[in-house]
Amino acid sequence: MGQTLWFASRATGLVSLLLLTATVVLGASHSGRVATTRWPRFTLHAVHRNLSLLAVAFLAVHVATAIVDPYAGIAWLDVVVPFASTYHPFWLGLGAVALDLLVAVIVTSLVRTRLPLRVWRAVHLASYALWPVALVHGWGIGGSDSSLSWVLALEGLCLAAVVVAVGLRLRATHPDSEARR
Amino acid sequence: MAADRLKVGPIMCHAHGLCAELLPEMVRLDEWGYPILADGPVPPVLRSDARAAVAACPTLALRLRSD
Repeated sequence: MGQTLWFASRATGLVSLLLLTATVVLGASHSGRVATTRWPRFTLHAVHRNLSLLAVAFLAVHVATAIVDPYAGIAWLDVVVPFASTYHPFWLGLGAVALDLLVAVIVTSLVRTRLPLRVWRAVHLASYALWPVALVHGWGIGGSDSSLSWVLALEGLCLAAVVVAVGLRLRATHPDSEARR
Repeated sequence: MAADRLKVGPIMCHAHGLCAELLPEMVRLDEWGYPILADGPVPPVLRSDARAAVAACPTLALRLRSD
């Protein structure tokens, strides 16, 4: 096996960042009522939802391979209990925080129609906290990977995409939201 | 079996319009983008589309009620 598991964990971590970035960008756009004739509202919503579920699948592999690989000695509990691990407690802890928040966001979304809207929305807004926490987790724990120019470029592009999407979301207006002020 | 009917909460509805995209057979939008629902129960062929429209409503204003 050698380093296979470790490489798999790092690679799926980076892919997860890409998927989470796309999910946040699409989510912010959907919430800001972005639509074109080729991309009506429901398509953005569906891709947002499906990419988030794909991210969960990649994160499952990311987390499982990191635990199974004996190199770092990460325990199952370290994945959900923040800052308790012996291996990079702070950087791994950020990953645990992001994972806990993501589980809350996904579970509440799966039962969204059965929850009060306000509860679902409050939990869903945690996405805007978990995304930067996940980004910093990857940057901090990446070791020598984090000094590779293409990894830094990827992280920079993801950050720029989210900043632009959130900026546009904050500026988005609609007569309905204006009337409710 | 009781027939399902669509209801929209007029105050909860924020005119996102996904219902009209997903269930055009039963939902059209007024000039401000708020839904106007067709009368009567949801026909069996449209039941899954109606459920998709209810699940996609960003404000959960659209509901299926059996009466």
